Amino acid sequence: MSLQEDIAVVTRVNGPVVTASGMGRACLGDQVEVGNEKLTGEIITLEHDVATIQVYEDTIGLKPGEPVVSRGEPLSAVLGPGLLKGIYDGIQRPLEKLREQSGVFLGRGLNVPAIDPDSTWDYEPALKPGARVAGNTILGRVQETALVKHAIMVPPGIEGELVWAAEAGNRRAGDPVARVATPAGEREVTMIQRWPIRRPRPVSRRLPPRVPMLTGQRVIDFFFPVARGGAAAIPGGFGTGKTVTQHQLAKWSDVDIIVYIGCGERGNEMTQVLEEFPALKDPRSGRPLMERTLLIANTSNMPVTAREASIYTGITMAEYYRDMGLHVAVMADSTSRWAEALREISGRLEQMPAEEGYPAYLASRVGEVYERAGRVEVVEPAGGAVREGSLTMVGAVSPPGGDFSEPVVTHTKRFVRAFWGLDRDLASARHFPSIHWNTSYSEYDVSAWYAERAELPWSELRRRATDLLKEDDRLQNIVKLIGPDALPDRQRVVLETARMIKEAFLQQGAFSAVDSYCPIEKQLGMMDVILSFHDGAQKALASGRPVFEIMSAPVVERIFRMKEEVGADQAADRLAQLKKQVSDSLAD
Amino acid sequence: MQASGGRTYRDVQRVQGPILVVERVADVAYGERVEVLCADGTRRRGSVLDISDRRAVVQVFEGGTGLSLRGTQVRFLGEPLRFTVSRELLGRVLNGAGEPLDGCPKPFGGVTRGIYGSAINPVMRDYPMDVIETGVSVIDGMNTLVRGQKLPIFSGNGLPHNDLAAQIARQARIRGTDESFAVVFAAMGIKNDDAAFFREELERTGALENATMFINLASDPAEERLVTPRYALTLAEHLAFDHGYHVLVILTDMTNYCESLREMTSARGEVPSRKGYPGYLYSDLAEIYERCGRVRGAKGSITQIPILTMPNDDITHPIPDLTGYITEGQIVLDRELHQKGVYPPINPLPSLSRIMKDAIGGTRTREDHPNTANQLYSSYSAVGGIRSLAAIVGADELTAADRAHLEFGDAFEREFIAQPRDLRRTVEETLDLAWRTLGLLPRESLHRVSEKQIEERYARREKAEENR
Repeated sequence: MSLQEDIAVVTRVNGPVVTASGMGRACLGDQVEVGNEKLTGEIITLEHDVATIQVYEDTIGLKPGEPVVSRGEPLSAVLGPGLLKGIYDGIQRPLEKLREQSGVFLGRGLNVPAIDPDSTWDYEPALKPGARVAGNTILGRVQETALVKHAIMVPPGIEGELVWAAEAGNRRAGDPVARVATPAGEREVTMIQRWPIRRPRPVSRRLPPRVPMLTGQRVIDFFFPVARGGAAAIPGGFGTGKTVTQHQLAKWSDVDIIVYIGCGERGNEMTQVLEEFPALKDPRSGRPLMERTLLIANTSNMPVTAREASIYTGITMAEYYRDMGLHVAVMADSTSRWAEALREISGRLEQMPAEEGYPAYLASRVGEVYERAGRVEVVEPAGGAVREGSLTMVGAVSPPGGDFSEPVVTHTKRFVRAFWGLDRDLASARHFPSIHWNTSYSEYDVSAWYAERAELPWSELRRRATDLLKEDDRLQNIVKLIGPDALPDRQRVVLETARMIKEAFLQQGAFSAVDSYCPIEKQLGMMDVILSFHDGAQKALASGRPVFEIMSAPVVERIFRMKEEVGADQAADRLAQLKKQVSDSLAD
Repeated sequence: MQASGGRTYRDVQRVQGPILVVERVADVAYGERVEVLCADGTRRRGSVLDISDRRAVVQVFEGGTGLSLRGTQVRFLGEPLRFTVSRELLGRVLNGAGEPLDGCPKPFGGVTRGIYGSAINPVMRDYPMDVIETGVSVIDGMNTLVRGQKLPIFSGNGLPHNDLAAQIARQARIRGTDESFAVVFAAMGIKNDDAAFFREELERTGALENATMFINLASDPAEERLVTPRYALTLAEHLAFDHGYHVLVILTDMTNYCESLREMTSARGEVPSRKGYPGYLYSDLAEIYERCGRVRGAKGSITQIPILTMPNDDITHPIPDLTGYITEGQIVLDRELHQKGVYPPINPLPSLSRIMKDAIGGTRTREDHPNTANQLYSSYSAVGGIRSLAAIVGADELTAADRAHLEFGDAFEREFIAQPRDLRRTVEETLDLAWRTLGLLPRESLHRVSEKQIEERYARREKAEENR
């Protein structure tokens, strides 16, 4: 098909929304080049031969009459080795390469592929000619970074017999590594494939999300866990710590790949990620975290249309790594900016607004995005291997005025099963992470996993801690009216234990060298210490010790400092000792 | 000055508010600069907001009042809005669209830039790390300003935000150096006396020769406000990234800017979003606030202090709300503190500096700075609850620890937050003062500072002296 026949012209420019006529041959969703500067755009509606196009770059200076050319395929992500450690804009242009072309400021009409086809990789084949292959069959592997072995897979949609396979050795990413005889003829496969960002990559089978994604954050792992393949939302007003929480998850989650999408957020914060991640070490392998990380930076002042695309670009890259049999977590900060991009574009299209000016399709778009999370099984044809991968999605939501009843939060709640509500009062008191125990929840049932792996009884500890926080919440209402001294001693001990849970356990220093990452054994051990204080204190009361004496016991101070004083090494043993000291000192 | 060239059209079909619709135009670009020739011979300025193959929608900075459909000519100038910037603009007073107001001619030479700028490539940014010592304790101690940061002042009508901004502009130094800042001051729709205050303040301290003022008064054209911050930031970028200046940009009052944007979009008949503001208010504000920071390979930096007055002191109003989501924190002024006579009336609890954490502590300021700031936050946040409890049960019924917190709360406001308008405290003085107020609390209630820090710095104080 000749693209030349598709030449059409701009008829109207309204900010990032451009109308063009003569587009009869183009398809909805096609990528187009707009104007003399070849700005990248995407067709969002077609009527007769008139296309409405959202342009991913600044349109100042564009005139009616300038040409529009369709690239003949939908907006697609480029997938292959060399993506990791990269930083991209919302439509997957590598920002490092753009810098070489346009310097400090982003220029327009730059078209740089995300993967350089001339890059070379040391390729090891996995299959011999004659094998039956289909979409996602692993043809061979390359070592992408020290942490990640990258599987070169058959693109979905190609199925047949492998007639030629490249031998081991250094190969260009753009050269063929295999030829497959399909019913429609022979097809060449290179290390690079393309996939339309708005279409989920196919999966063979979904598995139930029952295994927790450990994050090293106590309030999440212990109270409100998210499962691998699950979806979680972090809503909170500005200044409540969404971004820091997202950064913590990106640093410490026990997954193989992190895709971090900075969607309409601050430029300086992306710089912080860029400076911090290469310096941080993965707690399991000791390698720089950047080696398993992929960043999308579409800051708030970059084009709003590319912001809309950035979430899909990120998820598509994540799905590709998931299909290799890896565990992937996607952090999107913030989905509200993405929803606002939808609203802005819909407003320019003069569509009928629904709630708060958002388009009526907001809910279905939110659902589509979160449903791309999942724990999946990839099955290869002809008795091939079965591998498990997962894509966990964590979306930050920035509700206006911190109001959780606004449309983006309420629609998000319908599609996620872990909800970490950030609270402004906690943030003002510098209680971080400011995830509030009353508004948060998790529906992921990971108790079987804990029962099998952990020495201490997680379900039991969690239930008791939750009950204490509930009782504390009720008592605090009374305290506000009459002060704590008027309460009976038993209840004052409840207040003290709840304070310990809040200050010694739930508060966690993201910037502390020791406390930033808390392994699960330490989490359970700490809660065990706190609850043994509660039991010991209640017993001591019953045997007649005065409450002030219990509360001023020196061991109380040690409990408040245990998160800093007990390192990750031998945490379980040292906390068991502390627990014994607590019981002993209260039993005297 | 009359621009030469351009194509002139007369087929004006609609005038509504600041919006002018011209039919049967050709070869006009989106964002193009426009000159409107009125029937009486006067000229107005504008730019193209929407262009199709036969019709152009033009926003007129001076508004549409007085324009007729017949006698008006519209000249399209074939280029976007641009501004010729040079170092010679320092010391000058300009109007909201960059034309001299001080009677002197335009500087000769310079470079011409589009006023809308381009986004900084995120990989080219340098992370802000250098503490700016403002000399104001509650900022330096608890909400430290960093070079390259954008930290707005959320204020209300009648609160002393202008005094505070002027004090910061006057006192700000990079910690450990004597380097001062070039100031770019953009006033949007402010009162005549506020503008005069800033001008006098800058003249009095001799800072005006290192400052450029862009002044759009409340009586000036409202649509001009939409370009004022963009002219100012185009100059700031030139000074910072081409000449290596450290530039402090003060934008006041962003609320007026947003009001103008609302006026213009409703005149265009756009679908409104919250409180009638356009759905793209966030993106629009981000285009302004993100023109800030440090970039690799350039010596200079841009630090922004936008000022906005919260309508009805409501921090959830769309303007402060969206601003807070873009800027790296906020300084919130509090009416109650103001009424108590505390200057500056900064309430530390809702205030925040997001990027201070990497810039303070260690050798950068002082080792105990992060923990001390956290302890102040934590202790002061407890004070509010205890004050309401004391109002119900009476102070005598409180526990000893709670009474100590009341003492601390009062001393913290009177000794730490409050300071004279001309006093400049160093970070060390600020932190020592913090420990003095913390001395009113029993040692056991200090959980955010380490044992070692308590050993070194804590001294119990039984009672705050009555110094007022």
